[in-house]
Amino acid sequence: MEMLSGAEMVVRALQDEGVEYIFGYPGGSVLHIYDALFQQDSVSHILVRHEQAATHAADGYARATGKPGVVMVTSGPGATNAITGLATAFMDSIPMIVLSGQVRSDWIGDDAFQETDMIGVSRPVVKHSFMVRDAKDIPEIMKKAFYIATTGRPGPVLIDIPKDQTAPNVKNPYEYPKKVKMRSYAPVSRGHSGQIRKAVEELMKAKRPVIYAGGGVIQGEGSELLTKLAHRLNFPVTNTLMGLGCFPGTDPQNVGMLGMHGTYEANMTMHSSDVILAVGARLDDRVTNNVKKFCPGAKIIHIDIDPATISKNIMAHIPIVGPVHQVLEEMLTMLDEHGGEPDRKALERWWEEIEGWRKVHGMRYETNENGPMKPQQVVQALYKATKGDAYVTSDVGQHQMFAAQYYQYDKPRRWINSGGLGTMGFGLPAAMGVQFAFPDATVACVTGEGSIQMNIQELSTCLQYGLPVKIININNQALGMVRQWQDMQYGGRHSQSYMESLPDFVALAEAYGHVGMKITKFEDLEGAMDEAFALKDRLVFMDIYVDSTEHVYPMQIADGSMRDMWLSKTERT
Amino acid sequence: MRRIISILMENEPGALSRVIGLFSQRGYNIESLSVAPTEDSTLSRLTLTTFGNDLKIEQITKHLNKLIEVVKLVDLTEGAHIERELMLIKVKATGAQRAEVKRSVDIFRGQIVDVTSTVYTVQLTGASDKLDAFIGAIGETQVLEVVRSGVSGISRGEKVLSL
Repeated sequence: MEMLSGAEMVVRALQDEGVEYIFGYPGGSVLHIYDALFQQDSVSHILVRHEQAATHAADGYARATGKPGVVMVTSGPGATNAITGLATAFMDSIPMIVLSGQVRSDWIGDDAFQETDMIGVSRPVVKHSFMVRDAKDIPEIMKKAFYIATTGRPGPVLIDIPKDQTAPNVKNPYEYPKKVKMRSYAPVSRGHSGQIRKAVEELMKAKRPVIYAGGGVIQGEGSELLTKLAHRLNFPVTNTLMGLGCFPGTDPQNVGMLGMHGTYEANMTMHSSDVILAVGARLDDRVTNNVKKFCPGAKIIHIDIDPATISKNIMAHIPIVGPVHQVLEEMLTMLDEHGGEPDRKALERWWEEIEGWRKVHGMRYETNENGPMKPQQVVQALYKATKGDAYVTSDVGQHQMFAAQYYQYDKPRRWINSGGLGTMGFGLPAAMGVQFAFPDATVACVTGEGSIQMNIQELSTCLQYGLPVKIININNQALGMVRQWQDMQYGGRHSQSYMESLPDFVALAEAYGHVGMKITKFEDLEGAMDEAFALKDRLVFMDIYVDSTEHVYPMQIADGSMRDMWLSKTERT
Repeated sequence: MRRIISILMENEPGALSRVIGLFSQRGYNIESLSVAPTEDSTLSRLTLTTFGNDLKIEQITKHLNKLIEVVKLVDLTEGAHIERELMLIKVKATGAQRAEVKRSVDIFRGQIVDVTSTVYTVQLTGASDKLDAFIGAIGETQVLEVVRSGVSGISRGEKVLSL
């Protein structure tokens, strides 16, 4: 058997897992591993400028490809800088492996230089973690880590590796396990057929049904089947922020995103429904509003791989624990065998009602010919310039909601944002990860002048690797979402929500070796977009000045039901 | 409602901290906790008591089951079960009190395991409410020190928690 050092084992295991990229930053306790990386060329290491960006880049890669993202950081500050990225991936169930260096085993607990109890610090934000106590265990630990990260409800797994376990002079036999068996971890592989049958019967009886599809449909590779099911039944479909793209955004059956900033018709459809088919969604507080007033007439069928998600916030009448893909497939088979038809007459009436809502309050905003540009116009121009076929990453705030509302995602894995944790600074590094995964694809990062500055140092990484990401900086000179809440709930007192002393983003982009553009007039927007996207091999930073007083609407009224919404600054339901 | 949850988990470093962490992270309460390896040295048995309605307990058990190191668990309070806790208690035993304490120990079927001229150390096992009752009978003013093991439990009959 081949004899390898711990460091060589780590690298070989990455190769055996078929890892293309590892995002990281070197430091004392991982130097043995970096030396082993240097001596091979099948795993490419991407040097970021901050460890947080390494995690988001790996995360973006994972969301765009479905494959796990891999990160390497050193001990102490390197490791703690990865925490936000771990938490982001954990909240959105993204498969990720983070290898963190640790001080040598005999120094652990001595407050050694760059020592942090990373297992302890990361515990609440990982699916699982391992500490390497013996280099011999590395192949098995690596195998288990990839297995745990990518199966069941996916999530990040951390491996903490003390420096002595990777020492080049200590060699152990290496054999990568073909299979992994853990008596304490067995993710559900099938939904309960009896429950699925009950669900199908309920769907056949429904008079006002709705399919509510979340990020689990994308993670569980269920988009095609969900689309097939929705078309077969002619039911309206609404997507969560995380689920955008799992059902085509331009499909007439799509009533748009639901929840806090969901469309009027999506929230009305949910509230008025009699059967909700929730698929890979977790009925979280940004969707339900006040749980006591949530969809009073609805029976809930809830499909999810994670039993703990079912009936956590809202009781499910028909819970189905299982992989979305398998459950939907079985549902479709049952429909075929059953020859079941939904209540067409009732559906016709239901669709009339929904069309009515669409007509009354579709997505809209006011423009002012002589005034500043609207942020919504920027997203619409982006949609046009990219023909609706870009990978769009976003940061967090108003621009994120506009990018969710006004860009129609027709395919899964095209909309990449930090939905659960809401991590500002996610957008640019995530876009890097996507661009590495798909070098020829159009990748746009929709951001704001607040968020972009939380990981702006990555402009340097983009130059190093020639990543032609297009940064759409929707610059409203304020922390827009904070400001909106202050307008609506704090009497317009804008406490710390200004962005004073903004940098000259054009000069900044140029200083990093990229192309910068400043756009202040709407009539220049379309031309500038075309120009930017024509520069196929350059990163373009578009600094686009927009109205700083714009709000995101609709917006659910706190503590109300799903149908209680502000539709503009003056109108409410 | 009070529940006794009994967990079989991998006897590995860090496993216990994940269980404890889960409770503090999600705002659940642990009233008592006892843990030790089983006859199979790769497994630990952890018993904890907590309070909550059915919904909360369901969430707790689901989340515990999600922990990678948890192999199996059971809510003992769902069925007939035996619950025991060990208490060592030091009580004042002077003058007339000496005989009084001795009588109470006999009534509660405890044992005096250490004696000085002024103090009895009593060992008592039973369900938690029996131990509470003993402290009540002695009177809190007489108690110098109490140490309790936390609840251990096992199902009645043929039902077993094993691999």
